[in-house]
Amino acid sequence: MKENKKLKKFGSLLVASSLLTGVLAGCGAGGDSSSGSSSSGGGSSDGDTIKIGANLELSGNVASYGSSIAVGAELAVKEINDKGGIDGKKIELIKVDNKSENSEATAAALKLATQDKVVAMLAPATSGNTVATVQIANQNKIPIVTGSGTSPIITVNEDGSVNEYAFRTCFIDPFQGVVAANFASNELKVKNVAVFADNASDYAKGLAKSFKETITANGGTVVEEEAYVAKDTDFRTQLTTIKSKNPDFIFIPGYYEEVGLIVKQAREMGITVPLMGADGWDSPTLVDLAGAKALNNTFITNHYSAEDPDAKIQDFVKAFKAANGDKAPDAFNALGYDSIYYIADAIKRAGSTDGEAIKNALAGTKDLSLVTGTFSVDKNHNPIKSATVLEFKDGKQVFNSKVNP
Amino acid sequence: MEWIQQLVNGVSLGSIYALIALGYTMVYGIIKLINFAHGDVFMIGAFIGFYAIAEWQLGFFPALLLAMALCAVFGVVIERIAYKRLRNATRIAALITAIGVSLLIEYTTIFFRGAQPAAYPDVFANKSFTILGVQISSTSILILSVAIILMVLLQFIVHKTKIGKAMRAVSHDVDAARLMGINVDNTISATFAIGSALAGAAGVIFGVYYTKIDPLMGVIPGVKAFIAAVLGGIGIIPGAMVGGMLLGVVESLVSALGFSLWRDAAAFVILILILIFRPSGIFGKNAREKV
Repeated sequence: MKENKKLKKFGSLLVASSLLTGVLAGCGAGGDSSSGSSSSGGGSSDGDTIKIGANLELSGNVASYGSSIAVGAELAVKEINDKGGIDGKKIELIKVDNKSENSEATAAALKLATQDKVVAMLAPATSGNTVATVQIANQNKIPIVTGSGTSPIITVNEDGSVNEYAFRTCFIDPFQGVVAANFASNELKVKNVAVFADNASDYAKGLAKSFKETITANGGTVVEEEAYVAKDTDFRTQLTTIKSKNPDFIFIPGYYEEVGLIVKQAREMGITVPLMGADGWDSPTLVDLAGAKALNNTFITNHYSAEDPDAKIQDFVKAFKAANGDKAPDAFNALGYDSIYYIADAIKRAGSTDGEAIKNALAGTKDLSLVTGTFSVDKNHNPIKSATVLEFKDGKQVFNSKVNP
Repeated sequence: MEWIQQLVNGVSLGSIYALIALGYTMVYGIIKLINFAHGDVFMIGAFIGFYAIAEWQLGFFPALLLAMALCAVFGVVIERIAYKRLRNATRIAALITAIGVSLLIEYTTIFFRGAQPAAYPDVFANKSFTILGVQISSTSILILSVAIILMVLLQFIVHKTKIGKAMRAVSHDVDAARLMGINVDNTISATFAIGSALAGAAGVIFGVYYTKIDPLMGVIPGVKAFIAAVLGGIGIIPGAMVGGMLLGVVESLVSALGFSLWRDAAAFVILILILIFRPSGIFGKNAREKV
């Protein structure tokens, strides 16, 4: 009996403590969201401001992407407003936090469309969250532009039809595979390549496919294909198989958490050939995991480099540093900045804030010069623009070259 | 040569499984509880080692000993708080509690430091040796030697010391052991302490070998080690060692044959096959259940 009582007491203690943890966690999340959704400017009516929504990941597991886009977008809005706005009307950016979740992204899009009555929206930073908002955009006839959602299915449905109101500022996944393959054939002059891809991600599979097609068309041979799944930690067995086929070059599309370990383990096993990946490698954590030395002789394709000598990019870097305490802008900052200019340019050319007019103007964009490259929009609403190849030197990304489509 | 290389890879992986499996098997042997929180003790060990090396600038061996010591204490605390009260409850109650403790440890860790991974600092200048065309890195030799030393030490404790004798007695028959004047509670605590210390050591070794650690890193190795323990015969200490090594080698060979995506599946197929055809494991005796 006594034992039983003790048990009960302990049980209630456990319940109480877990409840407390839950409440604390709830508080944290609540705090984030309230600070995330803020609107700038006063309650001026549609007459003298143009409202642009920003449905971004300001908290949650990919908060760094969404927050970076927001910082870049804010700088662009400020610049445009300081120069007198669009045809005399100031832009008002309304940010809503989607907590990095698909359902929240849909809810945020609905709120921006129906309550805030925005004329266009910045869509979330990741492909999955953006896809969750496409339906709302089409229904309410409000164009959305994602800064960094690279998946092809955002703008084109699986049956090949184009989502009329969905646009993007970045290039799409398969393009990076093409750029990497051309870089390998033309610059590194390699013939025998191996591919080691994350089989759990559509992103990596798409890149691997376009890489293989292009490298074969360039006269190269894929001597070995290996796969892993996200969250693996041991890649030595696959790397042993790859090493036994003696490739001159290994293409590793994937995300930094695994790639960091792959690069480290490959170098430990004496694989010294060039390794190459894409924008999924772009994180400071990659350098921590792999080590600066192991990353030498590796390359990535990316949207932009702050070290690109191009005058337009250097002006942007200077303005960004002045506004953000000398921090160099990353690719997401640049894409957020460009997305606002892309939308502003379309509104200006449309001469109206009607959703359909803006959509047509976005689709008709030609030779628009932006920080992440000059681009024209193709019939699938994807920009045709250049990619940047970066090389890791002692843990730092160094500008290597720019590759045009 | 490629095959020998794959074998070396498999043995390195297997020795980590074996170290974790030992804790599972010892606890099961003595109180018939599958301690699902064991994989999380492994994770805590990895983080203690990480902070010891990265923040307090300790070397590898002091960090290893510190992680083992703190994990031993942690294991005993878990046993005293969560399992001791359930000693006479049904086995399913204890099992569910173990799962609860596991989740509690994982998400408390996430609450305090976030879910992002950390990278283990380099503690050794990693050198590779080429023996007969096979590349062996100094870390994999180190892992193997630390694992073997710990296993030999464990065999010594279990067979040659007084506490080991008590552990064997308790695992054989709790009531009879108590009648013989053995302090059952202390013996069980000692078992948890030793098992958790081994898991802590495995955590530090894992961090040094694989670099990336995160709060949920214990889940998969924990399950794999459980399979290893069942494979060798749960409750039997040499069984856990052989089971761990065997599982590591099988996984490597499955990858080497070109089925790298089936590696995890292979481990679970082994579990299913062993449960169907030889539930008592490789080293298990087909003892009849006493009623």
